[in-house]
Amino acid sequence: MAWLQQTMEHGRPVCAAAGYGRAIVDDAAWIAVAQQLASGQGSMLGLWGDGECVHLCVLQEPLIGILTHACPSRRFPAIGGLYPPALRLERAIHDLYGLEPVASPDRRAWLDHGRWGVHQPLGRNQAAAADGAPYAFHAAEGPPMHLIPVGPVHAGIIEPGHFRFTANGETIVRLEQRLGYVHKGIERIMRGATLEAAARVAGRVSGDSTVAYALAFARAVEAALGVMAPPRADWLRAVMAELERIANHLGDIGAICNDAAFALIHAHCGVLREEVLRAAETCFGHRLMMDRIVPGGISADLQPHAADALHTLIDSIGQRFPELVELYDRTASLQDRTVATGILKPALVRHYGAGGFVGRASGRAFDARKAPGYPPYADLTFDVPVREQGDVDARVWIRIEELRQSLSLLAQLLAQLPRGVVRLPPLPLARHGAEGLAVVEGFRGDILAWVRLNGDGTVAHSHLRDPSWFQWPLLEAAIEGNIVADFPLCNKSFNCSYSGHDL
Amino acid sequence: MRTLLLKSLLQAPLTEPAPTADDAELDRLAQSLRSAGHRRLGRSLAIREVDAGSCNGCELEIHALNNAFYDLERFGLRFVASPRHADVLLVTGPVTKNMREALERTWAATPDPKWVVAAGDCARGCGVFAGSYACVGSVAAVIPVDVAIAGCPPTPTALLKGLLALLECSDRSRA
Ligand code: SF4
Repeated sequence: MAWLQQTMEHGRPVCAAAGYGRAIVDDAAWIAVAQQLASGQGSMLGLWGDGECVHLCVLQEPLIGILTHACPSRRFPAIGGLYPPALRLERAIHDLYGLEPVASPDRRAWLDHGRWGVHQPLGRNQAAAADGAPYAFHAAEGPPMHLIPVGPVHAGIIEPGHFRFTANGETIVRLEQRLGYVHKGIERIMRGATLEAAARVAGRVSGDSTVAYALAFARAVEAALGVMAPPRADWLRAVMAELERIANHLGDIGAICNDAAFALIHAHCGVLREEVLRAAETCFGHRLMMDRIVPGGISADLQPHAADALHTLIDSIGQRFPELVELYDRTASLQDRTVATGILKPALVRHYGAGGFVGRASGRAFDARKAPGYPPYADLTFDVPVREQGDVDARVWIRIEELRQSLSLLAQLLAQLPRGVVRLPPLPLARHGAEGLAVVEGFRGDILAWVRLNGDGTVAHSHLRDPSWFQWPLLEAAIEGNIVADFPLCNKSFNCSYSGHDL
Repeated sequence: MRTLLLKSLLQAPLTEPAPTADDAELDRLAQSLRSAGHRRLGRSLAIREVDAGSCNGCELEIHALNNAFYDLERFGLRFVASPRHADVLLVTGPVTKNMREALERTWAATPDPKWVVAAGDCARGCGVFAGSYACVGSVAAVIPVDVAIAGCPPTPTALLKGLLALLECSDRSRA
């Protein structure tokens, strides 16, 4: 029997919501789970607090379970020492909720920069100074080493974060990230919000994944309420999700080439991306399709002429994209930059449970559309591309191949679009404390959404875990031994979300 | 690559006609520029983008300004890498408390004369993040704002209108 199932059965079961269970476990079981994860048995899908407890969501295929550690003394055993992917999440739990990971090897604050004017805003919520706390970066030692601090304001049009490079000449010996600059307090804003308002916030956790986040949130709420969106809504949600994936992959492929000083592909990808956004506007009335997915369905059916616009788009990209791929493949100066640059080892990817192109370029095939899966993907045919090289080039190729799959998915979706309503009549009121979980595949990887609802139809608690949590730390590993000038290229090939991570 | 280049040469350009600058914005700006004295920028503005807490949606549309359809550079508008080279700060996001100091410092590092454009509903009024313990609020709560562009995110056309308004005013004030 799977260890996860055993652990769940030994624990005290609470709320078996549709598709997953949650059980309260003791200290020993909590540590035992971390040992299983550390030994490669399963991966962590999320680790978060709710003020009273911490929850650890684990995937041991095909099972997903949530293990809960109650924290009446406001403490829980840290697992970050055994299992480093948990480190930053534990630090974030401490910053926000004041629940202390006991014996954590890294006790530095993570999201709390000492600027909020409060401590533990979702816990004790005590007034505090707001003049900024010092941060102890890891020391760099030895005479040839020098430090290059970068950010939070970067040179390009990108999100803010701080990177500290220790370099030996041109070679990067260590990168240390400091994030949290765009922390907006999303979990607190969600508390007590109506479903409608909360869905809008969920769609703004990471703007480039607005569709995927709105979908994850809606599915989690639907699971909590025990309802299902109408079939046509499921299919149109998938149309939006695939459009979002295509648009982002085009943007990324272009931007990676641009960072290797090859502007031609960037220019052409920019044109194709614009066509996708215009088609999205024609079909759904918003270029990024924000606020179109709501709990219970979608806010409006396709606009007139939508199908034509989508067919034109599929043809247009289908015709012009292969030329760009060929150009990428045949340009030696470009390959020289991307091949064997920023290699990420498959073992690390498995350990961190990294998803998306970061995971798939290093051998990890997980795709939430396949397993655990959600409608309508079981009715569609598509492959999940996987490569082993783990370099910038492999991350480009995964995007190229996924884009082709998404074009095919779009065509299949349009050909078989069911008829009917796109939104449930008013949603039922939740049973007080009803919980729901959803895992959705965004363009960047799997997004986890967990909600607990109040009886009056508002959100009691929600946690949205961005794929970047398990990708950012790996960028630190992938860049080691590369030259400083290749950092933008590596960083772009990861394209982690700052906003999604900082919450 | 040669065929791709050749095709692009033979094709009509994709670039679309410029939108007209937003009238309301123009009037307000003219006011602000006159009071600010004589500004001699020519038809060229260097823009430094600062994400002060955005969800990154605004950044996507700002990026789009550089694509062939909008081709920002034809107006003499271009993005620069350092605030020290900038005439305009284009700021997005509700200003988070963790980014406040960085924004203030970026503004201080920008030489006079300088303008600030707040892009997006968050930058204009904090958007859905209003009231959060982690956000200061709109950009205007931290540094003086000359133009605010609505939208979540503002479309590239809306961004272009706002920026063109700035450009036309700097022209008018020069005349
Ligand atoms: S205005 Fe909208 S798109 Fe822009 S940062 Fe705010 S939420 Fe994101």
